[in-house]
Amino acid sequence: MARSIAFREALREAMSEEMRRDDRVFLMGEEVAEYNGAYKVSQGMLAEFGPKRVIDTPIAELGFAGIAVGAAQNGLRPIVEFMTWNFAVLALDQILNTASKMLAMSGGQIGCPIVFRGPNGSAGQLGAQHSTAFESYYANIPGIKVISPSNPYDAKGLMKAAIRDEDPVMFMESEVMYGDKGEVPEEEYIIEIGKADVKKQGSDVTIVSYNKMMKVALGAAAELEKEGVSAEVVDLRTIRPLDWHTILESVKKTNRLVIVEEQWPMCSVSSEIAYRIQKEAFDYLDAPIRRLTAADAPLHYAPNLVEAALPSVDKTVRLVKEVMYMKK
Amino acid sequence: MASKFSKETYLYWYELMLLIRQFELAAEEKYKMEGKIRGFFHAYVGQEAIAAGVMTATRQEDPFVTAYRDHGLALAKGMSPESCMAELYGKATGCAKGKGGSMHFFGKKEYFFGGHGIVGAQIGTGAGLAFAEKYKGTDNVSLTFFGDGAARQGILHEVFNMAMTWKLPAIFICENNNYAMGTSVTRTSNVHDIFKLADAYEMPADSVDGMSAEAVHDAISRAVKRAREGGGPTLLEIKTYRYKGHSISDPQKYRTKEEVEEYKQRDPIQLVLNTIQKNKYATKDEIAAIDKRVNDKVAAAVKFAEESPFPTEDEVLKDIVMTPDYPFIVD
Repeated sequence: MARSIAFREALREAMSEEMRRDDRVFLMGEEVAEYNGAYKVSQGMLAEFGPKRVIDTPIAELGFAGIAVGAAQNGLRPIVEFMTWNFAVLALDQILNTASKMLAMSGGQIGCPIVFRGPNGSAGQLGAQHSTAFESYYANIPGIKVISPSNPYDAKGLMKAAIRDEDPVMFMESEVMYGDKGEVPEEEYIIEIGKADVKKQGSDVTIVSYNKMMKVALGAAAELEKEGVSAEVVDLRTIRPLDWHTILESVKKTNRLVIVEEQWPMCSVSSEIAYRIQKEAFDYLDAPIRRLTAADAPLHYAPNLVEAALPSVDKTVRLVKEVMYMKK
Repeated sequence: MASKFSKETYLYWYELMLLIRQFELAAEEKYKMEGKIRGFFHAYVGQEAIAAGVMTATRQEDPFVTAYRDHGLALAKGMSPESCMAELYGKATGCAKGKGGSMHFFGKKEYFFGGHGIVGAQIGTGAGLAFAEKYKGTDNVSLTFFGDGAARQGILHEVFNMAMTWKLPAIFICENNNYAMGTSVTRTSNVHDIFKLADAYEMPADSVDGMSAEAVHDAISRAVKRAREGGGPTLLEIKTYRYKGHSISDPQKYRTKEEVEEYKQRDPIQLVLNTIQKNKYATKDEIAAIDKRVNDKVAAAVKFAEESPFPTEDEVLKDIVMTPDYPFIVD
């Protein structure tokens, strides 16, 4: 039976189910316990699991990430909540230099099964220091996995997979999606990490996106439909490992590719996709691969500057028309 | 005066400390004279009493983690000289399959969690190892080693704060050898006594003579007892001295030869040997037999390393993730 629940509830269900299933799983982070979560993702979890397994930390991202990374090496399976991935930069040393490299450095002896999760990217007028999208940063790192889901169903299934995974997993959410509702079955399910999902079938152009930019992609596809353009929309869901085969199959059908994401343009997720598809599908392409990213600048505060800097439905529709060689 | 430590303890200390020293000297020779070992190389020579003292005050299941000056503690934990030397040679038979090198020795079954190259980062790992022991309900304690340089890193303070708040069974051991690479400990902070940093977190702390295996044992024993009983962490500043440079490429212009000589007069191995001789714990012949056994072990380790194969090239993409058939990006 499916029911409609919010994104934050889907994440909470995933964590709670896994904590009931496996005593080694615990949640730590700022405000996760007594405050019930800065964004209420962990609401009620302290009451169910107690302070041993739902742990408030001081504001010390490097330190508590380090402790969690050590605990993961010694038989536990931590879930670390960052209040935002912007703060997690302070913990990057632990993620990059320890968690991601443990298995390799130890010659396969010591792994690090751990989930780092929290909201990521822009969320309105939060200013420059609370608005960075970090998927491309972490996707660059061998040894870890990066998940960035777009709806409650995917979030729950992928979170459960992340907690059961034997490697460090970065799980990117969004402040502005926690209230989004979506159908989620009552029955247990897991979504395999590393599999993209075609969210809308189409024949004229492929739009690839992920996380909250999927709303832009799907919104643009709906607009284009009105003008007789059939767009196929691929939701990456996992950024690393990248399921480029699904994109390739779509491009072989549509012969056109537009990527919509919230990263800065240099060395972004779209950079890698564009490289891969030109290599694998050169003869299938009827137009250059194009993309929409965040502007090549820190995100400013003013509402019109936020709008100007980020991808939108209108911008996506215009770009698709360009690759379709249509009149604008 | 009879010692409070047994004959067996002294003989164990002597053999372990000598093994560490001879291992380091042999490896250094292979590095400098024959170029068979490369990369950064940090020797433990002069600091052996710490390894000796911690081993008799702890048990095998107590996990250890340290920084890049890791050969001595790895050997102390019981990792074989063969696998350690082979690791220095970058061979497939090394303790990390030739993927770690000098700075990244690992021995899971010996409870040795490395071997870390980012100054101070392993302080987080060490507290995490302790967190896991407490969570699992064991009475094991973690031992986290770091140098005086790491005492100036932010992670130390964040972790000390949480370790005390959560009463983690963690012993933090600052091996203060006076120099963070080439910078004297007196030039990196207004606080020269590193053990005093614990005061900010009301963490028990002590300063320990690191040239004395007895003193190290006693201090660690007190800290371990408190941790096993749920009393939480301890910071021990163990004052030691490295005879060698920070790394093998260090010209050591920041200190005088006289200073090094002064410490060598209190050589920790010689001190243990003096006690053995004074108390007649071993005859001359028995000591010679130990010396020979150690030298044979080191020679066998070198031979093993030399004769071992390098890793096969397909190892490049192995031990990266646990997922079978992971789709690596290959162009």
